[in-house]
Amino acid sequence: MSELKGWRELPLGAVPLKFSTEFKTGDWRTFKPVIDEDKCVRCMLCWVYCPEPSILWDGVRISIDYRYCKGCGICARECPVNAIRMVPEG
Amino acid sequence: MSLVQALEVFKGRVMALNGDEAVAWAVKQSNVDVVAAYPITPQTIIVEKFSEFVADGEVHTEFVPVESEHSALSACVGAAAAGARVFTATASQGLALMWEILYVASGLRLPIVMAVVNRALSAPINIHCDHSDTMGARDSGWIQLYVEDSQEAYDTTIQAFKIAEHPDVLLPVMVNLDGFFLSHTLQNVNLLPDDVVKKFVGIRRPVKIYVPYLGREVPLALDGKTPITMGPLDLQDYYFEHKMHQVKAIENSRDVIMKVNEEYAELSGRSYGNGLVVPYGLDDAEVAIVVLGSAAGTVRYVIRRLRRRGVKIGMLRIRAFRPFPVNDVVKALKDVKVVCAMDRSLSFGALGGPLFNELRSAFYDEGSRPIILNYIYGLGGRDIPPSAVKVIVDELLNVAKTMEVKELVKYVGVRE
Repeated sequence: MSELKGWRELPLGAVPLKFSTEFKTGDWRTFKPVIDEDKCVRCMLCWVYCPEPSILWDGVRISIDYRYCKGCGICARECPVNAIRMVPEG
Repeated sequence: MSLVQALEVFKGRVMALNGDEAVAWAVKQSNVDVVAAYPITPQTIIVEKFSEFVADGEVHTEFVPVESEHSALSACVGAAAAGARVFTATASQGLALMWEILYVASGLRLPIVMAVVNRALSAPINIHCDHSDTMGARDSGWIQLYVEDSQEAYDTTIQAFKIAEHPDVLLPVMVNLDGFFLSHTLQNVNLLPDDVVKKFVGIRRPVKIYVPYLGREVPLALDGKTPITMGPLDLQDYYFEHKMHQVKAIENSRDVIMKVNEEYAELSGRSYGNGLVVPYGLDDAEVAIVVLGSAAGTVRYVIRRLRRRGVKIGMLRIRAFRPFPVNDVVKALKDVKVVCAMDRSLSFGALGGPLFNELRSAFYDEGSRPIILNYIYGLGGRDIPPSAVKVIVDELLNVAKTMEVKELVKYVGVRE
């Protein structure tokens, strides 16, 4: 809390002080999506639907960026081949 | 003389315009990039007239005929965030539907100009004038200027762009004109030449802000060159600080409103008091009436006649209700014995109307202060004739004589 800036130091228009990538929303998660590589057909629908930039594609396979994944489960719901399971954290 | 020259002469002359048309002409001349609006009585003429200018190719403005006022102001927010000069207009229920976006516009520091043609709020439904609509929005962070006649509606609309876009301000401005009394009443309006207005308002240039994560200054605009985010989530940690920006900005706007009033006077020969308040006959006044909007004309008429008979009465018209000109009000009225606030709106359950509350609060810390009374008048367009003002004046004079207040808040012209 000691790093908080005073109002005179803030940019106008409520423009943020930091990039959104600095806000790690992964710790919100109670269920984590786990991809079954055998079932996945690389259709990329999870990438389309994910509200965060949490679905990663390296040209070969899909993976999940758990630093930002909030565990909303939209990817699991939309996956047409049921390749994503939501597994309780911890 | 070519057609183009003929048009220039036409534009520079005195025209018979109603208040709505006067606003539309001011917007036409103010080099506005985007107008998004939805028609509502008694504001409709503004939108109709302006869409004619668009259809006739007389303006470069992108006109967005949206499906509701919520969308109108939302479109204005988007356009203003992109760096455009933006105008919209509404009234009554339309303003009510804009409510949540009012706060977005001021919170994002977007210099949108909006004409509000004051009209009562439902229920029961009523299309005529009172100030309930804008008084409800008095805490939304918008600057509020109330005008007395169509000429002032024209002048103030032009000034509003300059005030809103000033780097020390960057707040949306409401130009409030009384429904029907001004919006539908013809008056000779002096129009400035197009090029004079164009030069006066200039081109909107977004201010630069320092963005820490970029390590440099960038324009406060969604211009596509430097991607920024405006107004995302703030929690307990920063929301309060961002509200302080707005507090400071609207305080700054007092000086800017006065300065713009002066600059405009140099161009046009017309000024409105110091821009914030317009005094009349206050120098030796024992009693005074404080009023907003078109009723000031009636009050002035009554005062002029009474002063000829030696009655020491004056008037203070509040032009800027937000920011409320506390110091100017105290300075103007401190030597008056009895003052009344004429409120054209209600604040149900409060001690009197909004203007009354501001006025009384302004005087609380003053050693000597006048007796301050409240008269609620003109709701739903109820006329306030000179005879009604005369009754108020007589009561004020009586209180000044006896120094005794029987009723603090009175309702003018309502039947028992």
